Amino acid sequence: MISGILLYMMLVAPRVAAWLEGSMIGHMLIQIPLLALAGGLVARGASGGRGAVLDRFNAGGIPGLLVAVFAVIAWMLPRMLDAALRSALVEAAKFITVPLLVGMPLALSWPLLPPVARGFVWANLISHTAVLGWLYSVAPNRLCARYLFDQQTTLGMALLIMAIVLLLGWGGFAIVGAPRTARSTRYARADAAAH
Amino acid sequence: MRLRAVLAASAVVAAGLAVLAALTDGFSAMTTDGAWRLAVAERPRLLPDATFLDESGHAFRLSALRGRPVLVEFFYTNCPAICGLLASQFQSLPDTLVEWPRSPEVLLLSVSFDPARDTVTELADYAARLGADGRIWRFARVSDPDELRRLLDAFGVVVLPDGAGGFVHNAAIYSVDADGRLAGVYDPDAAERAIAEATK
Repeated sequence: MISGILLYMMLVAPRVAAWLEGSMIGHMLIQIPLLALAGGLVARGASGGRGAVLDRFNAGGIPGLLVAVFAVIAWMLPRMLDAALRSALVEAAKFITVPLLVGMPLALSWPLLPPVARGFVWANLISHTAVLGWLYSVAPNRLCARYLFDQQTTLGMALLIMAIVLLLGWGGFAIVGAPRTARSTRYARADAAAH
Repeated sequence: MRLRAVLAASAVVAAGLAVLAALTDGFSAMTTDGAWRLAVAERPRLLPDATFLDESGHAFRLSALRGRPVLVEFFYTNCPAICGLLASQFQSLPDTLVEWPRSPEVLLLSVSFDPARDTVTELADYAARLGADGRIWRFARVSDPDELRRLLDAFGVVVLPDGAGGFVHNAAIYSVDADGRLAGVYDPDAAERAIAEATK
């Protein structure tokens, strides 16, 4: 939990925020994912990963996962990135909603997701990252008005590389098995007991 | 237990779609430029006045052009890329304009956002290279930096230094109606559509 708060405080520092937002890669691939990570670390630390009230509405982790998916889609819209750079209000909304609506629900829901759903999420994450990377690489026009065209193509290439790395990593885990943590074992036992 | 989760998931999907629809103008504009085009088309907006200096050295106010539609594009003469496409669109229009029923009323205006380098002489050379006649198609600069900034903001033009002495900027054709309002924003290759809608 402390690590999440420290990470959040670092990201919200004006100099760090301005530096990361100076490039599309810094904004989309570093700042937003780290904000989500900060939210996730706080959520898992604060509740041990589970909350009795939330769990009643989050059986199987699907509702929480959907919250995170919609929030991610919203913050991947090029016009939202532009708006965050243009408006202090939207920028503040980003710093609040990404940890709260992406990181926290994801951290609370992931352990509850059945293996098939996790595979579905991974497959979609990889394929959509690749498609997004291709789109950013070949788009003839700037998608974000506040960033240069070459930053867009660089981001596209970075997304394609990320998709390949994720694919190799996921494929590796699928073959040799993902490392089991004490936490994941505890959730698995809790879910088995609940059902 | 399960029912609660199903209801919660349904509520999340409904709320998520509603939020995304609101953020994208009904799933029709994912980019800032797209949203701007929609907003302008739905609600034309009055432009701030500005003083231009054309390629002949004549000063004129934007408000003085009211009474006729004006197609505007923004450029700088050293642009290595997109400005050329915009210029070629305007270049091909005067022939079309002659055949257009209300063509004498239409003005094409190319506005430089690089007044430091685009002097009157530079504009005149540029106009000569493109074969502009100075009657239907005029080139101009805005000398006052504050006026230029207000004008670019009003048109929704974002100009960023590219780090190599040039600029990266939106490329579009802007339609200003006879009342001096920004009434349409079009793709760089849609000049004919812009003029058709401006003169209807």
